[in-house]
Amino acid sequence: MVPLGWYLVVAALLFAIGAFGVLARKNAIAIFIGLEIMFNAALLNAVAFWRYLHPTQFDGTVFAIVILAVAAAEAAVGLAVFIAVYRRFGTVDADEITLLRG
Amino acid sequence: MVVAFIFVLSALLMLASALVAVTSRNLVRAVMALVLVLFGNAVLFILLEAYFLAVAQVIIYIGAIAILIIFALMLTRHTGQEWGPAWNRAWPWAVLMAAGLAGGLLLVMRAWPMAGRMVEEAQVPADYTRQLGVALVSPQGFVVPFEVASVLLLAALIGAIYVAWGGRKVKGPYPTRSDEE
Amino acid sequence: MMEFLRNPAVLVEALRALFLGWGLSPMLTNLLLYILGGFALATGPMLWVIFLIWFERKVVGRFQDRLGPNRVGPYGLLQPIADVLKLITKEDIIPAGADKLMYWAAPILSVAGVLLLWPAIPLGLGIGGDLSVGVLFLIAAGAISTMAIFMAGWSSNNKYALLGALRTVAQLVSYEVPAVLVLLIPVMLSGSMSLQDIVKAQNVWYIVYAPLAALIFFIVSVAEVGRTPFDLLEAESEIIAGFHIEYSGMKFAMFFAGEFLHAFTIGILTAVFYLGGWRGPGAETFPVLGILYLWLKGFLVYFVVVWLRATFPRIRIDHMLNFSWKFLTPLALALVTVMAVVDKFVVGLGDWPRALAHLVVNLVLAFVTLHLVRAWARRYPRPKVAEPRPVARPEPQPASGD
Repeated sequence: MVPLGWYLVVAALLFAIGAFGVLARKNAIAIFIGLEIMFNAALLNAVAFWRYLHPTQFDGTVFAIVILAVAAAEAAVGLAVFIAVYRRFGTVDADEITLLRG
Repeated sequence: MVVAFIFVLSALLMLASALVAVTSRNLVRAVMALVLVLFGNAVLFILLEAYFLAVAQVIIYIGAIAILIIFALMLTRHTGQEWGPAWNRAWPWAVLMAAGLAGGLLLVMRAWPMAGRMVEEAQVPADYTRQLGVALVSPQGFVVPFEVASVLLLAALIGAIYVAWGGRKVKGPYPTRSDEE
Repeated sequence: MMEFLRNPAVLVEALRALFLGWGLSPMLTNLLLYILGGFALATGPMLWVIFLIWFERKVVGRFQDRLGPNRVGPYGLLQPIADVLKLITKEDIIPAGADKLMYWAAPILSVAGVLLLWPAIPLGLGIGGDLSVGVLFLIAAGAISTMAIFMAGWSSNNKYALLGALRTVAQLVSYEVPAVLVLLIPVMLSGSMSLQDIVKAQNVWYIVYAPLAALIFFIVSVAEVGRTPFDLLEAESEIIAGFHIEYSGMKFAMFFAGEFLHAFTIGILTAVFYLGGWRGPGAETFPVLGILYLWLKGFLVYFVVVWLRATFPRIRIDHMLNFSWKFLTPLALALVTVMAVVDKFVVGLGDWPRALAHLVVNLVLAFVTLHLVRAWARRYPRPKVAEPRPVARPEPQPASGD
């Protein structure tokens, strides 16, 4: 087995990469991809903590299951919004959609 | 030994494909790289003996979310159009912030005594999946988060159908930034 | 030999002793055994495909009043080998503008997605897979085949390939929903997600418990493979060949072999879930016999798949989606709910009373469904566009000479 820290390092790096994607990307779907990477980093953390600290308890896995459900819900709504936005604006570039700017 | 080898292999694969996913100009490539990240995560779950979660990860993320992203990608694209620049103008700041975030997290982790922890004697019970299933629906367990997640999913389902419904007359196209300039 | 028939694990033990005798470390021995097991599980089914191709061509040929392959070898048995030789010598084309990496990976993944199903299948008592999350694993493997098909369609840089891939993905995702729902029923009846436990629990085959569920599972599986009447992913007459239009040579053969193997695998899976898997007379004492029983049952279901292919025309795409979302999904949902409630009342009575109670419930539900569909069809008759026209008109006979 490997120490807990290794998992945490991988999760931290994944989270940072995902954050970069969210901040730097132009296309809304690409931003969404970054978001999913961040979700996965959190998921990895939850499962790693569960395995190393309380493997007989259910908190960590239930947390992970709820994260999975939230991710699925978020994907459904988010992508539906993108499609609606595309229909109205003809683009999903986050930089282009500035209708609400004062 | 074998575990460490598989861990390093899949961790490197995940990080490399995560980089591809956030930097590639070709968004389909980015989605495929995302699928690799998700798959690597499932492998790590198996190493962590969370078999149920590993399989659920593949079903939900690869089987549902990645497919949804692909469909959204195909529906929001002018045919034959290039993808355009990958990053916005603020990307150096994003690099800075991401690097800061990673550095900060790693620093905190170095100072934390638990990070070097190995697996203790407490093992995952053999029938953990069955116990988890019972715990998810028992009132003493996690029935409330379970039900809240179900309601959330239902709401998301209805909301997604409503938002993406194409029946109404669309008032667009609204002006975008390029039109203003 | 007798020992092997009684307990096939002795083979593994003999191999382990052999490797340890060579002076290998226990860890390396384990690794080697795993690799050998994986190799056997992957190679066996792929070799079996060679026979399946011959069988399917022959049977479809007979259905269509042809002879089928009959030139190469006795009864044309060597025809698939000749086909493979021909495919190997074909030029391997990569279309211009293709995404090379994905173009290469897609056929491999499509076969891998099918082969991944095999480790979960219990071949006999104590032989084959015993995954604690087996049923979910099967669904997850399906997700990988879906990705492979999209990758093939996208990377070919071809309009028809992309169209075919997208409608395939729509089909697979739609039919995944009733598939998962209907898989819940064996899980619920046996109280386990491990396929081995599901087979062990079938003192009475689950097709007796839930014939309706078995039927839905079979239909959905055929749709997941993309066989006629659900072969919209190929649809030669509409989108030429769908996602594998640009593939040639061995890459095309990989898709083809994957499809044949998948068709046989769903036969095996139907046998595992509803026809008692490896169970049969003497299968407990001689587990190797179980493999034979499972094979026979799976082959029977596979024959029905081929039969369907030779009989049905292709379903239209909107009908295909409607059939899944408006018919199969609600029916499967109702079936799961009703059977779960009924099972609470009869769970304590032995096998046969429980089976009969579920059987009655299934038949009632089937009757109600048919009645509802009939009422609906009567209320909303299909608009008639034109009078039915005979396809082949009888030629006017020349007046017989007088």
